Amino acid sequence: MKAFFAIRMALRETRGSRARLTLYMAAIAAGVASLVAIGSFRENVTRTVRSQARTVLGADLEVRHRNDFPDTIVSVLDSLKGAGIETTESVNFGSMVLAESGNSRLLQVRGIDGGFPYYGDIESVPASAWSEFQASRAAVVDEAVLVYLDAEVGDTISIGETEFVIAGYLRDFPGDLGVRAAVGPRVFIPLRYIEETRLLRFGSVATHRVYFRWDDGAAVQNFVDQHNSLLVDNRVGRTTVEDVEDNLGNALENLTRFLGLVGLIALILGGLGVASGVHVFVKEKLDTIAVLRCLGARHPTVFRIYLLQAGMIGLGGAMIGAILGLAIQVLLPTVLGEFLPLDIEVTTQWGMVAMGLFTGVWTSMIFALFPLLKIRGVSPLSALRKDFTPKLKKRPIARTLAFAALVASIVGISVWQAPSPAMGVAFAVAIGIATGILAVAAWGTTHSAKRFFPRRARYVIRQGVANLFRPQNQTISVVLVLGFGMFILTTLGIVQRSLLEQFSVDTDSSRPNLVFFDVQSDQREALTRIMESHGLPRIGAVPIVPARMSRVNDLSVEEILSDTTTNPNRWMYRREYRHTYRDSVTSSETITAGLWFDEADSGELPRISLDEDIAEGLEIGLGDRITWNVQGVDIETRIASLRRINWARFEPNFFAIFEPGVLDQAPQTFVYLTRSDSAAQGARAQREVVENLSNVAVVDLGLIQNTIDGVVTKISYAVKFMALFSMASGLVVLVGAIATTRYQRVQESALLRTLGASARQVRQMIATEYLALGLAAGTTGIGLAVLAGWGLTHFVFEISVAISPVWLGLSLTALALTTVVVGALNSRGVTRNPPLATLRELSE
Amino acid sequence: MDIDIEEREFAAIIGPSGSGKTTLLGLLAGLDVPATGSVSIDGQDLNKLTEDQRASLRAEKVGFVFQSFQLIPTLTALENVMVPLELYDRSESSGSPGKRASSLLERVGLGDRLGHYPIQLSGGEQQRVALARAFVNEPKILFADEPTGNLDMENGSVIVDLLMTMNRELATTLVLVTHDPALADRAARVIRLEGGRIASDSGVSA
Repeated sequence: MKAFFAIRMALRETRGSRARLTLYMAAIAAGVASLVAIGSFRENVTRTVRSQARTVLGADLEVRHRNDFPDTIVSVLDSLKGAGIETTESVNFGSMVLAESGNSRLLQVRGIDGGFPYYGDIESVPASAWSEFQASRAAVVDEAVLVYLDAEVGDTISIGETEFVIAGYLRDFPGDLGVRAAVGPRVFIPLRYIEETRLLRFGSVATHRVYFRWDDGAAVQNFVDQHNSLLVDNRVGRTTVEDVEDNLGNALENLTRFLGLVGLIALILGGLGVASGVHVFVKEKLDTIAVLRCLGARHPTVFRIYLLQAGMIGLGGAMIGAILGLAIQVLLPTVLGEFLPLDIEVTTQWGMVAMGLFTGVWTSMIFALFPLLKIRGVSPLSALRKDFTPKLKKRPIARTLAFAALVASIVGISVWQAPSPAMGVAFAVAIGIATGILAVAAWGTTHSAKRFFPRRARYVIRQGVANLFRPQNQTISVVLVLGFGMFILTTLGIVQRSLLEQFSVDTDSSRPNLVFFDVQSDQREALTRIMESHGLPRIGAVPIVPARMSRVNDLSVEEILSDTTTNPNRWMYRREYRHTYRDSVTSSETITAGLWFDEADSGELPRISLDEDIAEGLEIGLGDRITWNVQGVDIETRIASLRRINWARFEPNFFAIFEPGVLDQAPQTFVYLTRSDSAAQGARAQREVVENLSNVAVVDLGLIQNTIDGVVTKISYAVKFMALFSMASGLVVLVGAIATTRYQRVQESALLRTLGASARQVRQMIATEYLALGLAAGTTGIGLAVLAGWGLTHFVFEISVAISPVWLGLSLTALALTTVVVGALNSRGVTRNPPLATLRELSE
Repeated sequence: MDIDIEEREFAAIIGPSGSGKTTLLGLLAGLDVPATGSVSIDGQDLNKLTEDQRASLRAEKVGFVFQSFQLIPTLTALENVMVPLELYDRSESSGSPGKRASSLLERVGLGDRLGHYPIQLSGGEQQRVALARAFVNEPKILFADEPTGNLDMENGSVIVDLLMTMNRELATTLVLVTHDPALADRAARVIRLEGGRIASDSGVSA
């Protein structure tokens, strides 16, 4: 019965504040909605990945190599074919493709034979295109190719020295990402015509793949385990259905968890909203509490009433949130579709809904604990005398427990949502630090408002500023909530901006914007002539010499790799390097150790300059020796200097640079850099190059720029979608935080107006106060965001941070204005009613 | 000071502002504990009880009437009167809380305003609800702090009449703090405070 009394009282006590409590519900709802949406989506993704992994791969096993398969591997593969296992092959390389329209573009050419895919369906337009193009000299292309080349189905395209008729375009290709078409649009041609293109020449990179239909998971795994070292030693990659499940599952899990963290902020903001709401609510209820105490209600009873109320707010908000979340998860595949290689099957995840409800209730109760502790200090004597202020009992144990519960909950929920426990803890710590800094800033605001009080300012300004530090001010909670919202949104903005800036092509007229790759030695003259005839300047011609590492100091690479305990960066020993040689340092690199080639040096061996990250990965440094296998010839070199390289610049950069004179006679290709002043000029030159030097690939940096912009924009779109939840709950909390001061403000302004203040003056006072609050919160939030943005770009993305003061200024202004507007809207009744009505309303 | 108030006695505490009337009332009612000395209600030493035990004692044996009515604004008249009953679930002994509360409200003449909120009632009506609430748990002792202080003459006398009648009917001990000499005159015993001390006490004058 007593429990029922608490529930009844909790319900009755919401009378008259239901509108405001609904607001807090909305704050919790936004958080729960994002949790439920992301959580359900994640479950659905995991299930879909499990059921569709085979379709994504299109086969049971894929084996690939960035060149012709070595003989040992070929014999292993042949033995499988001999055993009756069905296989199909493909070769993939980049090449210029020229259309009837005269447009040309660097595309992915994929020679493939008829069997693929063994699982899943490739949808083409017309539907018969995929099944029939193998029969003739025909091509099936990604839809984007038609746009890029200004071509239609039925047109003829030239690839190398052969022509193909476009039989159709792809609508759905299993395992494709939406962004894929933008990054590397493909042209599929029958495998048997690859030779005729005559594109696979020296220095060109072509990936060879073999697909197996081998519907016996154990046998596949057995084969892979058995041949693992052989495959690894020959740099042959392989993918099983299980690998797809793992990799794709992990990647998508991480993606959704990152988004979940963004959504989690919404929940924490919601909790903060509930806390600040309960804080003020409790203040208004002190009389009631004192009366209840007088009438004999014990502390726990009163405490239970208001804790239950917080729980009810949480439950209400969580229910709304869960429904919203379920609706949003249906939308998520659309928002994230570009990053999903499969069609997500959406089903309602009741487990997530239950978790969402629980989290909503828990969050709001835990956040309410702190303000509710005040209830315990309420003395029944306050009912007798209005002016009675009890000596506040410090309750260090209760406070510590409440604080510990709050911290534990935030850490718990973060760890539950984060990609890894460590990241969850880091996230919680970051939130803690941000909250701490914001609290200090809020304290600083009240303090400096007092300290540097504008004594000479007009009365309304003085009164407005004084409101910041008057008793029962809302400075701390408003600054916390606003500052937090500002912090998150600005951090996202800074990171996005930095990413975009990083990949932006220099508009400086001396920088190259057109690059010719794979120019053979005997084609240099012809290319130079074409460039001259189109007025394209030669900004640079960079030789490229492919090589592999054969020894490091006195150990052969095989010896180093055979010891599996030593070096984790095995790819650094195995990869194919592309070296160059030159006598000068470019603007995208800086020497960090040793001497460049122009300094005299007493060493014996040919000198190289190495990328410092590679040197660190290989655990070698200045003076160490590396022997390179350059097309069968071993060349021993000595590390003379280390460089730091800015890889994000669109310039040819190299892990290792040789001093001139060593590689000059080695087999090599060239990269030519030039700049076209107009798209038309560039296109004409490109066309002539493609027609005459079919193997030369032309890359228009402007196009790459567009592609990257597109991808980054799509990613930030997904992130912003999640940030929307934080914004929504932030706004709700802002309105809530300001609404809670209304009671007090109504009282004050009635008094002021009784004393003769005009409505205009009261409005100005309110505007001054909110402007100050908005500025304090905004400045702190932006300051934190700059720090966080720098940290994220520097440590996580490893790029330099791009901060636009103008943009920050605009954000700050926007926040300050929003605060003033919300404040003004919220106080409009205050100045509209005659003061007597307000005073009477209050006294009743 | 040393005061004994007998069962069913009606004592008025009077004195100028700041003489300690309300402090004394708070101590007598167990809302606070004295730094030195002791207070007993119905034989129980309040000093020996915890805060929550004193709350239980109040719920069981003490009633209050305040100068500023102190109704809970979010509850209706009926719900306000029911609170002391609901707090400790005394429904079995004296019928359902709702019935008992509404009969008391009828008794104070508000039988037709059960569902009204405090803000919808006049001051006099609010104080009548407060009276009903004070008597609803049949307290042994009732403390009234300037019950007419916020009311006009007419409403004040209605309240005083009700208070005295119900007090007699329910055989309650009544301790009343007031400024109003006319109200004090109706008390059997008048304790006069000055500067925190008893200046006169008609109950011990003999």
